[in-house]
This record gives sequence, structure tokens and C-alpha cells, in this order.
Amino acid sequence: DIDGVGHKYCLELELEDVLDKDRTVSCTAEVLYPLGSKTSAPDVQVTVQGELRSTEEADQEFYNRIRSLEKELVAENIPDSHGNVPPELEPIHLLASVASGYVIWQNSTENTKFHLAQVKHVKQVKRSDEDLQFDFVVLLHEMVSQEVLPWELTLLWHPQRGARVSRD
Amino acid sequence: MRLLVLLAALVAVATCTETFVGHQVLRVVPKSDEELQKVQELQDLEHLQLDFWLAPRGLGLPIDIRVPFRSLQQVKVHLESNGISYSIMIEDVQALLDEEQTQMLRSSRQLPLNTNTFNYETYHTLDEIHNFIDLLVAENPNLVSKLEIGRSTENRPLYVLKFSTGGTNRPAIWIDTGIHSREWVTQASGIWFAKKIVEDHANNEGVASILETMDILLEIVTNPDGFAFTHTTNRMWRKTRSKHSGSICVGVDPNRNWDAGFGDAGASGNPCTETYHGPYANSEPEVKSIVDFVKSHGNIKAFISIHSYSQLLLYPYGYTETPAPDQQELHELSAKAVNALSSLYGTKYKYGSIITTIYRASGSSVDWTYNQGIKYSFTFELRDTGRYGFLLPAKQIVPTAEETWLALKVIIEHARDNTY
Repeated sequence: DIDGVGHKYCLELELEDVLDKDRTVSCTAEVLYPLGSKTSAPDVQVTVQGELRSTEEADQEFYNRIRSLEKELVAENIPDSHGNVPPELEPIHLLASVASGYVIWQNSTENTKFHLAQVKHVKQVKRSDEDLQFDFVVLLHEMVSQEVLPWELTLLWHPQRGARVSRD
Repeated sequence: MRLLVLLAALVAVATCTETFVGHQVLRVVPKSDEELQKVQELQDLEHLQLDFWLAPRGLGLPIDIRVPFRSLQQVKVHLESNGISYSIMIEDVQALLDEEQTQMLRSSRQLPLNTNTFNYETYHTLDEIHNFIDLLVAENPNLVSKLEIGRSTENRPLYVLKFSTGGTNRPAIWIDTGIHSREWVTQASGIWFAKKIVEDHANNEGVASILETMDILLEIVTNPDGFAFTHTTNRMWRKTRSKHSGSICVGVDPNRNWDAGFGDAGASGNPCTETYHGPYANSEPEVKSIVDFVKSHGNIKAFISIHSYSQLLLYPYGYTETPAPDQQELHELSAKAVNALSSLYGTKYKYGSIITTIYRASGSSVDWTYNQGIKYSFTFELRDTGRYGFLLPAKQIVPTAEETWLALKVIIEHARDNTY
């Protein structure tokens, strides 16, 4: 409890690689939830102890594949009702998770717990610069209220520059 | 086409013991009376075991013959040496049957012939589940019966499977899946549990010994209206489909509608929310029918409600922080059950009371059943922890059901061994 400021949590976490369950990395974090009903995101400071696996090759492959598409990528319902994700859309699913992570962070309080439930719609937007742009409509599931909330967001991604959410 | 009808008939036969490996179907179109006669001669050679799918009828009309593997050479020599041309319509009858069987089980929505050919590794529609239930009962009339305990808001039947080896009103275990319709891995697991109970009984292992003294009651689709809605319209639908006056919004959260802390904090009074408790306790027929059944049965010893997702095993209470009187026993039993579950695939579960482990929730089923005196009241939250959430890939259905079953057995056995 920090008087007049908010609630601070000190955490020791283990990150598990979603694509490689045996791979874990420890990290520590400090999360400060601000007081009051202001809708501002919690402040987060993270230190990762160890290395995250390099995905350079796969990133570049995906980047080249999308850049060379004749028509902009469009897809719906990832995963579908049965939990299927076509292999070529798996990276899109992962990017949506990343983008959702940002939105979730911006909208979290001590009384919320969000997960990405589904990518309802994704549309690639061709750009004149080097970034890939994906416009998403995602469904976020909030555990306490059990609500499933649609959210529009735009993600920019580049193999070296990484992911940025430009509209949330 | 006649060919397909005959193929289908062969499939029925093929599921027994006969094999058609290497059999071929040959077609001859006789161009002369002599050719016709030569083929008709083949019909008299019984040892060839020929099966005429299209018998000789006249000139220019095709003759189709299924030829067993060991007769192939003889038949072909007979035709060729008489200058009769033929074509091979089917090169290997068995291969075609196998392919068709696989397709029927996989992508086609045709109804399976029995619970052995039913596909447990995919999600099913309400009709398919009803069909499964009827097949299971028909195959095991001395063990399984189907009870209709009521009707949903949209007048769908509410079916409970009763597994019993006899007696009168034996102490019983209740399991329900699918009370929240979007939690598809739960109904799918319920189907698997039903088959597992029957198998254990047939093999005299697992829960066979339980069934000597107790009954098992299983409601697979506890919220059929919601379930149908997740198939036709909105995969993320959770509630029932009732309309209560005063709101355009539809549906009540069936797990906030029970008479335990009804309307208290931990549920919503807003009809447009996912945790709307409804206008009054038991307003939902899906809930009331279970309440009436439990009360009139009077001898249920364990009540287990199955949900997804989060990988948790929970016991009362959700509506109050006051610990349940049997907290210690329930906590220890949970530890044992979770241990058993994890032993199979390493799936990690947390456990504890609802309010301390997940969130405050009022009007939940197990809080009511516990207050009715059903000591072993538990809620499961199955796989996963959020990566796929409600959209759990179908290939995880069976592993999820298998590991959950181990935990259920721990609870069931404890209930049997600790009578009250």
C-alpha cells in the first residue's frame, strides 16, 4: 500500500514459452495499480533473468511470406469453434495475442483477469513503409465478470522493430 | 447409385469380421450372345465365390462382379482367353471401405452406428449427443437408462443418464457438464465419461466396484438451449436463453440462479450481463429441474459440476468467506484428486474454496447442494489456463477427459468409503 498513490505488487514469475513448454525463464516485476477510478494503466517494471529464444529466422520467413502476398491477408475466427488454427495462420494468432496483451495491460485493474478468447477478424493493410499492418477485431474474455468484449486494434510489426499497437 | 448402396451394405458387414482385402470389382459389357453366355458360365462356378453386383441382363448392359482375391486370376484368364474385354471398377474393395469408414467418422455428420464408432475426439452437435445417448442406452439396457428431468425454456428435453446395477434408490453420485454452454470441452468430456463408465463395468475394473453399491447420474448437456445457440449463432454464449419481462436482453447465468446466497454480491442484477442471477432463485427450468430431482432423490452423496476453463478444483463456498464446516476434509480430498489428475499428463491444477481461489460467486450450484447436506460438492474448471480458453482444440478433449476422470474417481471412491 502506497498512501495516496496506489497498491504495489512485487512479483517473482516464471515465463513459459507457449511454443516450447520445457523452456522457462525467470523474471521479477513490480506492478503499481494507481488509486482511484482514473482509467490509467498499471505501471509495470520487468526484469528478465535469462535469455529469450531467438526467433529471427522464423520471423523473417513470416515477414517475407506476408510481404509477397498478392492480395492482402484476410481471415476470421482464429481459432475456429473447434479450437483449430490453420498452421499458416498461427503467427497471426500469436501477433493477435501480443496486441491483446497490450490492450489488456492498458485496461487491467486489481479486479480484472483478461484472456484473448478469439480473433474475430483480421485484415492486413499494405503499407508504403517496411512495417506489416494488421487490423484486428479480437474478443477479450474477462474472468470476473465473465464478459466477452469485442475490441478493435491495429498492430504494426517488423522483424527487427518488433510489435507496436497503434490504435486501441 | 446402386454401387454406393451396395458399398454401404458392405460397410455394415465389414464392421463385423469379413474382410475384402484384395477383392476387385470388374465390369463387363457383353457385345454378343457368346460373350454374355461366357460370363453367365462364371455364375455357376460356386467355388469362385463371385458376387454379382449387376447380374447379366442382356447385350450392352453392364455386368459388375465382385471377385475375391484368390479367384481373380482364374476369372481374368477366363475373360481374356475368350476375348471378353473388362474394366476394373474397384481395385481394392477393402481400401475403399476403409476410406469410407474413416470419412464417415471424421468429416461427415452422418450418425455413427454404435458407441464404438462414435468419434470422441471431436466436438458434437446437440442432435449427435442425443443420438449417442440413445445408442449407449440401447447397447447397455441393463446398466444405463435415460431420464428426462424437465424441459428447457425453449422446450428441449433435459436428459440425465442413470448408471445403475439395481437396488432401490441407492446412494448416488451426480455429475453435470455443460451448464455454461460455451465450455465445450465439458460436454465433450461428459460423453467420454458415459462411455468410460460402461466400459469399466463391462471389463469389471475402475468404477465397476462403485456400481455395485452406488448409482451414477450424469447430465451431459445441462443447458441445451445455450448449447444449440453456440452452434447456430454465438460460440461465446454462456447463459440460458430465457426472456424475462422488462429487458430486451436474453438469458440468465444458470450458475448464479441457485438458492444459496441468491442475489448477494458475486452475481449481477443486470439482465444484460453474463452473471445475471435471474429474477428469483430457480427461475430457470434448467436449474429447477435439477433442484427438484435432487430433493426427490434424497440420496445423492456427491455433486460435481464441471466447467471450463482455468484448471481448478473448487469446493464451497462462493457466496461467503465463512469456511464450510467440512473445509478440511474437502481440502484434503481436493489435494488427492488433483494429484491423481496431474499424474497422467502433468496438467497443473490449483484447488481451494470458490471464494478464495477464483472469485466471489453467489447462487452457485455446489453451494446450494452443500447446504442441502451433500457434503462432497465440487466444481471443476477444466483445461486450459487461457491460451485457447473456451476454444480448446478438439485433440485435447480425450486427454482432458482422461485426466479429469482420475480425479472424479478419487472423489467417488471417497464418497463410497465415507458414508454419512
